[in-house]
Amino acid sequence: MKIKSTEEFKALQTQISNSRDPEKPCITVCAGTGCIAYGADKLVDKFKSEIEEAGLQEKVDIRSTGCHGFCEQGPVVVIHPKKIFYRRVGLDDAAEIIQKTVLNGEVLDRLLYADPISGEKITYEDDVPFYKKQMRLVFGMNGNIDPTSLDDYLAIGGYGALAKALDGMKPEAVIEEVKKANLRGRGGGGFPAGWKWDSTRNAEGTPKYVICNADEGDPGAYMDRSLLEGNPHSVLEGMIIGAYAIGSNQGYIYVRNEYPLAVKNVSIAIEKGRDLGLLGDNILGSGFSFDITIIRGGGAFVCGESSALFASIEGRVGEPRAKYIHGTDKGLYDKPTNLNNVETWANVPLIINKGADWYQSIGTENSKGTKIFSLVGKINNTGLVEIPMGMTLREVIEDIGGGILKGRKFKAVQTGGPSGGCIPEEFLDMKIDFDELTEIGSMMGSGGMIVMDDRTCMVDVARYFLKFLEGESCGKCVPCREGVRRMREILDDICEGRGREGDVELLESMSQGVIDGALCALGSTASNPVMSTIKYFRDEYDAHIRDKKCPAGVCKELIRYTIDAEKCTGCRACARVCPAECISGEKKQPHVIDQEKCVKCGSCLDTCKFDAVLVE
Amino acid sequence: MINLVIDDKKIQAEEGATILQAAKNNGIEIPTLCYHDELTASGACRLCSVEIQKGKRTRIVTSCIYQIEEGLVVNTRSERVLNVRRLVLQLLMARCPGAEIVREIAEKEGVEPQTRFHPDEDKGKCILCRKCVEVCEQVVGVSAIGFSYRGAEKMVGPPFMESSQTCIGCGACAYVCPTGHITMEERGDERIIWDRHFKMAKCTVCGKKFAPEDQLKYISETTGVSYDTLTTCVDCR
Amino acid sequence: MSRGGLGMNEANSVEKIEIEVKNIVEKYNSNKSFLVPILQDVQSKLNYLPKEALDALSFHLSIPVSRIYEVATFYKAFSLEPRGRHQLSLCMGTACYVRGAALIESNIERVLGIKAGETTADLEFSFETVNCLGACALGPILVVDGEYHGQMNVSKTNKLFKKLGKDVETDED
Repeated sequence: MKIKSTEEFKALQTQISNSRDPEKPCITVCAGTGCIAYGADKLVDKFKSEIEEAGLQEKVDIRSTGCHGFCEQGPVVVIHPKKIFYRRVGLDDAAEIIQKTVLNGEVLDRLLYADPISGEKITYEDDVPFYKKQMRLVFGMNGNIDPTSLDDYLAIGGYGALAKALDGMKPEAVIEEVKKANLRGRGGGGFPAGWKWDSTRNAEGTPKYVICNADEGDPGAYMDRSLLEGNPHSVLEGMIIGAYAIGSNQGYIYVRNEYPLAVKNVSIAIEKGRDLGLLGDNILGSGFSFDITIIRGGGAFVCGESSALFASIEGRVGEPRAKYIHGTDKGLYDKPTNLNNVETWANVPLIINKGADWYQSIGTENSKGTKIFSLVGKINNTGLVEIPMGMTLREVIEDIGGGILKGRKFKAVQTGGPSGGCIPEEFLDMKIDFDELTEIGSMMGSGGMIVMDDRTCMVDVARYFLKFLEGESCGKCVPCREGVRRMREILDDICEGRGREGDVELLESMSQGVIDGALCALGSTASNPVMSTIKYFRDEYDAHIRDKKCPAGVCKELIRYTIDAEKCTGCRACARVCPAECISGEKKQPHVIDQEKCVKCGSCLDTCKFDAVLVE
Repeated sequence: MINLVIDDKKIQAEEGATILQAAKNNGIEIPTLCYHDELTASGACRLCSVEIQKGKRTRIVTSCIYQIEEGLVVNTRSERVLNVRRLVLQLLMARCPGAEIVREIAEKEGVEPQTRFHPDEDKGKCILCRKCVEVCEQVVGVSAIGFSYRGAEKMVGPPFMESSQTCIGCGACAYVCPTGHITMEERGDERIIWDRHFKMAKCTVCGKKFAPEDQLKYISETTGVSYDTLTTCVDCR
Repeated sequence: MSRGGLGMNEANSVEKIEIEVKNIVEKYNSNKSFLVPILQDVQSKLNYLPKEALDALSFHLSIPVSRIYEVATFYKAFSLEPRGRHQLSLCMGTACYVRGAALIESNIERVLGIKAGETTADLEFSFETVNCLGACALGPILVVDGEYHGQMNVSKTNKLFKKLGKDVETDED
């Protein structure tokens, strides 16, 4: 049943909103990939069967939603209308939740989140410290909708921005609004989206293409995945508005191969959008036609680079080409193409709905709006967080993130993925902002925020990123293909005790050549992690090279595992799992590791229940 | 005609020309490795990098691809350019210690090998300049050889590195290969290339073995000229 | 992720390959641009990409085999070798790495006797490292036959191997 006009659309939206009772109890279960790994889909089924058994189908709603962001505490269940927040919910809790909380208003203490410092139990989602300081404009809707339901999206006002744009705004006016809002690309480049739209609109040649880059490749970043899984329509709406503004009739969503649930939910969203007439010919009777095709990647980080992405869609290998001619002039199939990141597109409906002025009121001078980050690593509250630009790193890590795992000491936070840098403690009070981050040697990137503690070796981290890029290099140009691997070899030497005086200086001199010589941004930013760790953690490099020691206790060749005789109970658990059979001792007596035979696998450290294994 | 400056020299060149072409036509030498007049420039080796200035910004670009613009200022020997050139040559010398041409260019540029790079032993003399693959695809049209894998494991050769049935034995790839990595052997009335033996056709006039039968068959199929007409060597026509 | 319509005990006959390839190419209207999705579908059906499949694709899509080989070897999603009955994917994303995934990688390599990216000779196990599964809160993560196992460490990995029939020492013994 296609809608043929914006009036019809508004009527439908009103009808759906009115049919929803905001006071009706609704159990929402987070079913993003993370929570599904915790068994969330089984939990949803359990709730459904319990509701059926109790004959409560008319009285209680159950909704499987996208990611709520607080991944550390999954499975997450939020009971509406009051938004009672339950975490680590198990299958056995389902019946009790329905009987006690939903029907009787009784709160189950054991499922509540407890403040880690005061121990106080928190009942409502908005009071949970993790959420309190966030500004979940884009991501927050996830908890209110079933991503496979178009009606749910309409009920929260979805596609209203599209109707507004098609109804009363000329394409140029839409671009002006996005320019005015100063929406900067959320994929890493931070390029002003409005200007990109403008260039594409004014470029010569047809057809014009609009692409959503969902090739989220930065390891440790999964914001785009969760947005596509949890609120695919927000991305589609943004793309349709953008296509209207630019004058494009064909769009693509390029999704990473490793995201099957995202592909599934976006496909469903596109199909339902088409059925309703929000995609396809003559959208809402405006005369504007636009449709979207989903393309899955083949497993190549480099395909996140725009020209490599175009090549991949064209059926070729993801080798970038020189960008002397912009993709907005000659992109996909050599036609004008506008490529934006998932989160960038999802911001568009907000801007059109609430206006550029409102958007400008959030953030810093040059970085407007919010940004979703994946806060991961050695942090207590791992998850996806959305904050206004300008919040400090400290606020994110301490107030939202809850501080360092196991009470250890903060050492660095890495932003910008393999193209970014490590930020030490002295900058914790800096404002999160595109330009500020670039100034200190890192970058915003796509939003990965990896927290590291005193047991993270910064030299090893640099090596890790180089190894990653080495495996992802397309191999076309010499500086990246050969340069990155030579840098990695030097890092290997340093980490394995073969570092030499002058290695740091060599890395520094190579890096400028790689920055200048590489064909694309993968190569030209490859040396950022190395350079930033040399800048802020030079002492660790020196320790590895001169003293052949790894202060963080990570680099295998430079550490030893020993057993603390005072703590060891002689239970022999470690000896049994030791692959080198190098742990010996009398039963119930402290044991000893034979350093000659030890292969540093770490099995003993993992196994010991008495903290008796030491790393030195 | 476009006016630009290369190395403080005012020159003019035709619109649509690349910096490399403009330089060449005005006697300014920029070293190259992967560039070939008849093939699409790939910008793979980065040796032809130059520093350009447009307004206030300067940047490093490959001269083989960058098209000239009015008022462009180009420096082919700035510090940044020489740094890139040195790095590229050092990296290639480490990858292919046996590639003579790289050593020659390095010597000319005053670049010494970087001893901290452990020389490779498994790359032969292939510097991945891409010319062989490009000539087979763009000029010959059979794409018998191609790339495989990626990064430092990227290789050139027939699919599965097995002797190719699409190869016509024309030897164009060996001809354009700057380092001699691709070997072509003439033995008896056979030509051996890419692990395949090609029977050579004899010229019906002078009897010289001048081209593989497979190559002539391919030309015949694609041009419509009869095979018999083609079995006269160029000298005898 | 399907592990093929044809079981590991059945070899893919040349005729079967030809039919599957032809059907898939037709599904995409023989559009050359869809080479990557076509290869994904073919691999889904046949468990991996046998040489005969590449030859058949070349014929049906009118693309030189060298180009198809280039694409099949460039993208990590594709395997030109038969894959094992059990697929192990270890996340080596930054968050999991920082939580100790490298130690788990060495352990798996040692237990199976293969390196990441390889399959055991008996075709029982294929092991690969992946760049980020996007479930960082559960890190380190090991996916076994599509099932996510979180907060892994060396001893949990060994317990898992035991369940899969591998002979390893665990601390339960």
